[in-house]
Amino acid sequence: MTLAATPHHVGSRIAKLYRIAGPFSLILLGLVLIAIFAPLIAPNDPNSQNLMGRLKAPGTEARGTLYLLGSDELGRDLLSRIIYGARVSLSVALLSVVLSGVVGTTLGMAAGYLRGWTETVIMRLVDIFLSIPAILLAIITVAVLGPGFVNVILVLALTRWPRYARVAYGQTLSVAGMPYVRLARAMGASWPRVLLRHILPNIIAAMAVIATLEFGLMVLFEAGLSFLGLGVQPPTPSWGATLSVGRNYVTSAWWIATFPGVCLFLLVLSVNLIGDRLSEYLNPKTR
Amino acid sequence: MTEPTLQISGLQVQVGPHKVIDGVDITVQPGQIVALVGESGSGKSLTALSIMGLLGGKLRNAGGTITLSGTPLEHTSDAAMRRLRGQRISMIFQEPVASLNPLLSVGAQVGESLVAHGKADAGSAWSRAVQMLRDVGIPEPEKRARQLPSQLSGGMCQRVMIASALIARPELLIADEPTTALDVTIQAQILELMRRLREQTGTSILFITHDLGVVASLADRVCVMYGGRIVEQADVDDLFDNPAHPYTRMLLATIPRVDSPRKQPLFSIPGTVPDHDDWPQGCRFRTRCPLAGDACLQTPPLEPKAAGHLAACWHSDKVAGMIDHG
Ligand SMILES: Nc1ncnc2c1ncn2[C@@H]1O[C@H](COP(=O)(O)OP(=O)(O)OP(=O)(O)O)[C@@H](O)[C@H]1O
Ligand code: SF4
Ligand SMILES: [Mg+2]
Repeated sequence: MTLAATPHHVGSRIAKLYRIAGPFSLILLGLVLIAIFAPLIAPNDPNSQNLMGRLKAPGTEARGTLYLLGSDELGRDLLSRIIYGARVSLSVALLSVVLSGVVGTTLGMAAGYLRGWTETVIMRLVDIFLSIPAILLAIITVAVLGPGFVNVILVLALTRWPRYARVAYGQTLSVAGMPYVRLARAMGASWPRVLLRHILPNIIAAMAVIATLEFGLMVLFEAGLSFLGLGVQPPTPSWGATLSVGRNYVTSAWWIATFPGVCLFLLVLSVNLIGDRLSEYLNPKTR
Repeated sequence: MTEPTLQISGLQVQVGPHKVIDGVDITVQPGQIVALVGESGSGKSLTALSIMGLLGGKLRNAGGTITLSGTPLEHTSDAAMRRLRGQRISMIFQEPVASLNPLLSVGAQVGESLVAHGKADAGSAWSRAVQMLRDVGIPEPEKRARQLPSQLSGGMCQRVMIASALIARPELLIADEPTTALDVTIQAQILELMRRLREQTGTSILFITHDLGVVASLADRVCVMYGGRIVEQADVDDLFDNPAHPYTRMLLATIPRVDSPRKQPLFSIPGTVPDHDDWPQGCRFRTRCPLAGDACLQTPPLEPKAAGHLAACWHSDKVAGMIDHG
């Protein structure tokens, strides 16, 4: 039934993927590769301090170390910190999107298919969560739970699942009313089977669009929390935290804030553009 | 006498306080094709869904008994009811294309009820599905099985739906206007297929339609429905020749006849079906019936008027003398 994964098929699949995602996907791909291979690419240890080499401008050398993008307030190589920072940004965003996506989609589908009190309870909760500004909720919960890598992911998932739940709920309602779902039930499919085999595959595209857009948002949320000192803790390099430090040196050492800022901008931009193209591709009206 | 495949008596379905189905009696004998006819809104689909145990939302079963080859269904649990569906009773619908999952191959959907009930693993379900596709007259079934519904025509999709409904050899197939969305030639082919499958498998069929031409060519027996009640039930020839209910008589007058003068306008029943929350008291056809009288303020029971011929009308003896509108 499934096509064999011959090189030709793999090639044409990649070509198709590229056609859908567009040229900006190359930026994302580049950043992902950088994150994966950070130890191989980074010219220096991101955490090794050099107090004699503080605030060096891009391109300068101090004590045998070349600071290609300059150094920070502790004399750490900015380029290496940015390269390792990509790991933090991407992994926090990915894990929080997966977690909130799975939880939100499951609850939304349950509400949309089972209806009754399940629907009432879940959708009331969604309304309540969505009425609180997300970043505020994130800040408050982090303040309670304490900062750190795992907590940031948990907090982001807690804050963002309602968005998936609401979309999954609406999609499930409309797909559940489709004649093919009625037929599946008339053929004796149990409700888990109806949900997993007939509804989920037909709503997954819509969920993927939301997940892509959320991914960009999660990158910003993580940066924002780290900027406020509520995210991943030093010395782990995070773009948001570096940006926050750089703010103090904007006039004397512009590079500290600028380069992580540019990276954040490029990452979020490329993810959002991919999301837009994806939703356009999947929308039957524009296809 | 053998046990009927389906025996419904006194079936009631309510939406809130309103009885949308109010006393439906239907009997389907083994191997029989019974047509359920009536205008839009008369409750045909609700009757079918209630047999399947698939009433949802605000609809609920409010009384009566349904027996499937001796098994009473009205106290069957939801889980047990689910195990009957696709195995002992199947249902097919209008909109053949939309009734198939756009993302699943045709073969997987035909084999679905076998897999869903654990009657076969995916592999053997697949080969039985291919065989079933061949049985319903789909050319190149191996190739078609691998295709998606969007690659098939409407008529083919209806054959696929029939294949998936019959793969587990159910005793009863309920077909809710399966040909309404298809054009005339395809419609004739599907009817021919159902006739043939009935001969081959002995499956009883409850066939819902509002097309009396289809009834005449397919059914052994007919139940006429009006306002959530069965108003007449008889063998097909008997019904066409000696209708015992004014509604049936008037429905028959709406069939265009080959021998009628060309210019003559088609007869249609005056008035419309009242809303389900607005039925007149007594006989529900009273507001549109030319024979209506004082007696009709009482609900007429569905009772034998001749051997094997039931009707619910106080004045069935006058039906034969009704002025011919056609
Ligand atoms: N889900 C529902 N909720 C409330 N009322 C309903 C529902 N479904 C059907 N009804 C009402 O029940 C009555 C019978 O509907 P049903 O669908 O059984 O008619 P039908 O005979 O199948 O008509 P058609 O030929 O148009 O398919 C209609 O008056 C309709 O308004
Ligand atoms: S009972 Fe009366 S109103 Fe009803 S169909 Fe017969 S004659 Fe007409
Ligand atoms: Mg109907």
